[in-house]
Amino acid sequence: MLQRLFGFKGGVKPQTHKAPSVQEPIAQAPLPARLYVPLHQSIGGAPTPRVEAGEDVLKGQLIGGADGWVSAAVHAPTSGRVVAIVDHVAAHPSGLPTLSVVIEPDGRDEWIARTPLDHRSLPPERVRELLRDAGVVGLGGAAFPSHAKLTAARSVPMEDLVINGAECEPYMTCDDMLMRERAEEIVRGIAIFRDLLGARRVLIGIEDNKPEAVAAMQAAVCGLAEDYEVVAVPTRYPAGGAKQLIRVLTGKEVPASKRSTELAVQCFNVATVYTAYRALAHGEPVVSRIVTLTGNVERPRNWEVRLGTPLGDLVALGRPKADTSRYLMGGPMMGFALPSLEAPVVKATNCIIAAAPTTFPASPPEMPCIRCGACAEVCPHELQPFELYWFARARNFGKTQEYYLFDCIECGCCSYVCPSHIPLVQYFRFAKSEIWAREREKNAADAAKARFELRNAREEREKAEKAERLARTAAARPAEKKPAPASAETVAGQPAAVPVDAAPAAPAVDAEAVKKATIVAAMERARAQREAAQPRNTEQLSREQQQEIAAIEARRARVAGDPPGTRTTRPGSAPPPAETGDS
Amino acid sequence: MITTLAIMALGAIVLGAALGYASIRFKVEGDPLVEKIEAILPQTQCGQCGYPGCKPYAAAISAGEADINLCPPGGMDGVRKLADLLGREVKPLEAEEKPKQVAIIDEQTCIGCTLCIQACPVDAIVGAAKQMHTVVEPLCTGCELCVKPCPVECIHMLPINENLDNWKWKYPVIEIRRAA
Repeated sequence: MLQRLFGFKGGVKPQTHKAPSVQEPIAQAPLPARLYVPLHQSIGGAPTPRVEAGEDVLKGQLIGGADGWVSAAVHAPTSGRVVAIVDHVAAHPSGLPTLSVVIEPDGRDEWIARTPLDHRSLPPERVRELLRDAGVVGLGGAAFPSHAKLTAARSVPMEDLVINGAECEPYMTCDDMLMRERAEEIVRGIAIFRDLLGARRVLIGIEDNKPEAVAAMQAAVCGLAEDYEVVAVPTRYPAGGAKQLIRVLTGKEVPASKRSTELAVQCFNVATVYTAYRALAHGEPVVSRIVTLTGNVERPRNWEVRLGTPLGDLVALGRPKADTSRYLMGGPMMGFALPSLEAPVVKATNCIIAAAPTTFPASPPEMPCIRCGACAEVCPHELQPFELYWFARARNFGKTQEYYLFDCIECGCCSYVCPSHIPLVQYFRFAKSEIWAREREKNAADAAKARFELRNAREEREKAEKAERLARTAAARPAEKKPAPASAETVAGQPAAVPVDAAPAAPAVDAEAVKKATIVAAMERARAQREAAQPRNTEQLSREQQQEIAAIEARRARVAGDPPGTRTTRPGSAPPPAETGDS
Repeated sequence: MITTLAIMALGAIVLGAALGYASIRFKVEGDPLVEKIEAILPQTQCGQCGYPGCKPYAAAISAGEADINLCPPGGMDGVRKLADLLGREVKPLEAEEKPKQVAIIDEQTCIGCTLCIQACPVDAIVGAAKQMHTVVEPLCTGCELCVKPCPVECIHMLPINENLDNWKWKYPVIEIRRAA
């Protein structure tokens, strides 16, 4: 099996420190007293809770339903009772809380009914749905929902499926141990992904410092008579980056503006493939993962840990040495210091490193950049970190984007080699999150502006409509008024006049018509009175009118003790003199 | 002499015609500067600048009637950007800079008078007469225009706390003690 390998530019070769944690096989971590399962463990929409406090759950029961397509479900890691659904500290550099389901295990660890399925007998859409509902996400650390990556681009038929077992990050051995111990299941799982994507060739990339894993995978591939190629790639950090591994194995360079599917390649982590296989062939959703616990501990090894296990409980299994000062999640290159050990294990937790001042000394003070260019030499994406640093430091974010800040994968090679000990990646992370925040603000401002303009337009339209309505009724009134008095006179004055018209009709209709006509006449009269009364209180009153008003005022004063009476007399009294006389 | 005059006159006519044509052909509708200024303003439509909305304030700045430091929601950052755009001096903000806020209606006290709904410039409050009202929080710009009209004082402004969605990596700080 001769495979031509390509290289990627840059990269570093840090000490791997992998040996201590591969001495013992993967062990099952014991059940903790309480599990804190965060609902939002993957990239994309936050799942909605599907259980309530006080409810009994079984292992594998859905507790958070996927919200939208780019989202993945969350399941109960063991059987027990949901104590609460509360905010609990997240495994995140900020230490901020996130909505989590707190489960008190009952100790039985009882599975929900599992239905094994064969992906070949199901339509591809159904398989993707199943993967989403089983909570299968990228376990390499990014936690991107896998089903969303399993659609081939419409224009290009999929050529290569890259299975990522490189595990380039120092200290980390969870994928290595998984490949050594569960190679057959991984190889069976690859078939699901290959069939969904319709890939012609499958390449399994493993760094050549893991010969046991390479051998195990090769044996499994031969054993299952598959035609996958297991390729040992040169050990160089960050060979396990998706774009780097694709480049090494296929020679294709994925540009920043494109997805790898558009170049007919897709890349998945071995642990992701394994969980996808368990989800379909065993009906077991993702409820646990393999975590490397290493560093300054007496017993470094890999543990299969239920998601939601507090990190404190996990760390205690390794018996950390007395001088351990802090814990890192992820690797030493890309990981972050955990703000609290109360945070739980999540799908993205691949490695926990106990750090002591001797093994991980505090970084020396930052010195000025001397423009040596060492960072640019090691950057695997061929960026110019020193330029990016300069602009990020000056908060010149437009310029950082011109220098392709968003192509940076934050691998940490530049910080690793910097002779001035500049925490370059921290500057880049700062610039990225600042740009994202500004974008959010800009979008919010645009939306607010659109709503404001819409509201103004609506108010304007309503005003115009009202004015138009008023104008229309005003125009209609005089037109109505002319025929109205005429009919009113004829109908009200001589009711006999109506039967002249209605005579040919039946007498019943006749009576009704009379009644209707009387009502119409009365209404017209009332309106005429109202209209006549409207322009009353102005100047240019004749003497007669003034006398009238005086009379009314006098009368009003007389009947002051009886307000309702006054009110009834007032409307009729003003305009027609005849009526005034009546009252 | 006459030839010279004729040539100069001809040149003037040709150039004048070209300029006249260009002024019609490439006429810019509206003031582009107003739009640029408006893009910097935070669009809260709060009127704290003394103008009825962000656009009128942008127009006033463009006309030279208003200063650039009257927008508290935009903060010093906004002032700096405006100064950059207009080539003016950066001035300290007239009012106090406040953290981003969101309006919250105490639904127990709300009497359903709809006054806040009418006051909201971005239609972020829902409710009907004699029905409880509530603020649609993602749409609220924190302009505080709904606080005053409320007859029962049931609207409060709450600062938006940091959460996982809006958390940002901090600017790397060099610890002086360690460096010393």
